[in-house]
Amino acid sequence: MSAPALRLALEADGEGAHPAAWRRAAHTPDALLTPRRLTRLAAAAENAGFTLLTLEDGLLPPGSGPDPVGRIGAVERAAFVAAATSTLAVAPVVPLTYAEPFHVSSQLASLDHIAAGRTGWIVGEETDPAVARAWGREVVGDAAGRTRESRDGVEVVRALWDSWEDDAVIRSVATGRYLDRERLHYIDFTGDTYAVKGPAIVPRPPQGQLVVLGRPGAVPQEQLDVALVDGPDLTAVRSAARAITAPRVLAEIEVALDTPEATGAERVAALERHAPWPDHGRLRHIGPAAELVALIEDLADSVDGVRLRPLVLDEDLPVLSRLVLPDLFDRRVAARPLPGTTLRSTLGLERPANRFAAAGPREENR
Amino acid sequence: MTRTDPTDVPRPHAQLHFGVFFQGVNHWTIWSHPDSGSQIDPASYRRVAQTAERGLFDAFFLGEGLRLREVDGQIHELDIAGRPDAITQLAALAAVTDRIGLVSTSNTTFNEPADLARRLSGLDLLSGGRAGWNVVTTDNAWTGANFRRGGYLDHADRYRRAGEFLEVARAFWDGWADDAIARSTDAPAWSTPGAVRQVAHKGTQFDVELTPTLPRSAQGHPVIFQAGDSGEGRDFAARNADVIFSAHGNDFDDALAFADDVRRRLRAAGRPDDDLRILPGTEIIIGATEAEAQEKKRWLRLQQVTPATALSIAGLLWNRDLSDRDADGPLPAEDPLVEENDGSFGARRIADPRKVAAEWRQKAEANCWSLRETVIALGPQRGHVGTPSGLADKFAHFVRHGAVDGFNITPYLIPDGLDDIVDLLVPELQERGVYRTAYTGTTLREHLGLRAPLTHRAAPTEDRAAS
Repeated sequence: MSAPALRLALEADGEGAHPAAWRRAAHTPDALLTPRRLTRLAAAAENAGFTLLTLEDGLLPPGSGPDPVGRIGAVERAAFVAAATSTLAVAPVVPLTYAEPFHVSSQLASLDHIAAGRTGWIVGEETDPAVARAWGREVVGDAAGRTRESRDGVEVVRALWDSWEDDAVIRSVATGRYLDRERLHYIDFTGDTYAVKGPAIVPRPPQGQLVVLGRPGAVPQEQLDVALVDGPDLTAVRSAARAITAPRVLAEIEVALDTPEATGAERVAALERHAPWPDHGRLRHIGPAAELVALIEDLADSVDGVRLRPLVLDEDLPVLSRLVLPDLFDRRVAARPLPGTTLRSTLGLERPANRFAAAGPREENR
Repeated sequence: MTRTDPTDVPRPHAQLHFGVFFQGVNHWTIWSHPDSGSQIDPASYRRVAQTAERGLFDAFFLGEGLRLREVDGQIHELDIAGRPDAITQLAALAAVTDRIGLVSTSNTTFNEPADLARRLSGLDLLSGGRAGWNVVTTDNAWTGANFRRGGYLDHADRYRRAGEFLEVARAFWDGWADDAIARSTDAPAWSTPGAVRQVAHKGTQFDVELTPTLPRSAQGHPVIFQAGDSGEGRDFAARNADVIFSAHGNDFDDALAFADDVRRRLRAAGRPDDDLRILPGTEIIIGATEAEAQEKKRWLRLQQVTPATALSIAGLLWNRDLSDRDADGPLPAEDPLVEENDGSFGARRIADPRKVAAEWRQKAEANCWSLRETVIALGPQRGHVGTPSGLADKFAHFVRHGAVDGFNITPYLIPDGLDDIVDLLVPELQERGVYRTAYTGTTLREHLGLRAPLTHRAAPTEDRAAS
């Protein structure tokens, strides 16, 4: 097979994809919000050979009723993980529905510096009006409004990343200048609801631009590096992937694997006694590891990678690590990330030219 | 351990607390030296934080400025600039340090409490109770140009907003009962019913409703720092802060007067007058002998005040572009312009520029100083210069007389600038009994010897309604 090897991502928020996953976790509930647990999870994902760890986020509690209502911000978790790992890339979800794009740009650029280019950003959305009440802002009530905020926000964040050229720090002893202002740029963005001046306060990220991931529909595809696609079956996923114009496609798969203690179906059934596993219209594999390997192999000619969403991280990750990923690597279906590479290069994406530097001759400041 | 007769001094057992301020935007950190490292590479941050931790420092401190500095409408090119987002960088350092406090400067004008309180809380949990927050305000439209709301806040409302911000943040941090999270996976629910309290705040600055999403860390709340020097800023600190990051640490009398003023304000606010730590920002220059230390200072000032920087600093005073003048020549013959110059940092702080310029000219002529030599001699002064033992004697005197509780030290060289302080000064301080020989606590609050967070004192927190 000549297609490039797939890249494997792991969604690692909370205790797993099932809302009641905490009931099958290998630790007491309060361990969820500790650095120790995050360190172990990141180490397990890195050692298994995942390319990317993703972290869901939002301002509201992640669950309701009897399920976990605590969550540390994804950017903070991502920075912590980046400092504790060396090959695993990390991508926090950051919604722009209400957040300040200037802050988001600074946070993500900083994350990329911390991780030496092993980072992505999943553009999220805040759909609940309660989030507007928490921010103290007007509700962005419809899908069109949210897409507008994401579109403008991504534009600002990306422009700010380019507002420092790579060589803006010149340290010129002869002229006494640390910076060259000709290589720093006001972005002068004016959108539908706000304006941002720039330049950034953080130098350009090592990747130039972080890898931007998102759902087609929620974010204009021309702003994405990686589209995340869903579908209830292989045919649906393949056709969704074919419709993508973004450079790369990751398919979502929910997994409940057979473990030495119980089958995937038994584990799902045990959790269903507490709560249903909501159907998001995604591929879902419940069963033995070998069948998941086959499923992923079947997808290899349609997508650039898959993101796995385990039922219960503490139960499924060991099986992924022992059986699924080694088999995928052996068959050359998927590949591990190499040390010292950025996420962008691992995904075969070029480091983008700077929009301001590429604009032509240097503008006069005065 | 201590050599001092307890009756000698007001605070015989007082201990110094050190922070390191990785400043990131200033002209005091030299960038032309061959050993001057990256200002953005995470290795620089790790190196400084780990050195400070080796030196048993209380805190690693990061600043924030939400717009690149400009002079006369042009981006200022002469100083180091370009630094990471503070909380993001500190969350990374939480993974590679064990004990040192991690303090973020974060603005209350261009943040919202639901978001910032949560980010600080996350840092506090990831670090095991080591987070601090230096509460800063701004009001200008120039900074606002980077944010959705633009420049919306009146100068007079800066601290009103900061006060309300802190109120909402504290409500977020106090939102979970101590036993909110179930002990076992067999419990009926992950969180005890009724254990999470909604926050509803309606004031002049905020009208918000939010659901706290995190428990408290081992230290209760992040430690609150405050750095404003105005009367308003000091009162804000007396009401709200655990630590003042002051500008009064060079001269003993000035430091003591400031500390006494803060203690008065603390008592007026109904707090014990030892309820707050005073840590002036400073620079420390160490030499094996006094003469060597002075020589090092002379060398350092020439690195810091380059010809271009000298012209820029004088330009701020004169309120004119002097960049085409000769820094090795005399001061400008003309008087400073006095109209406001809003786009430049620093310009508005000089109260009577003509008077100051006249003084500078007079002293320059009397001493035959060039413009650059004048700026070095008379421009902003800071820091302590001396031998390790001389400095240790001086600092012991400062702390035992209640002039300071320690210092927030800006190294002039990144990332190695703390090495001399940790290797040479700290042992001398330890020998004098004014500096810890091991961390005795795990949280920033414990390192600083602070009481429980202000909102946890009057009434116990278990007022949770049964539901």
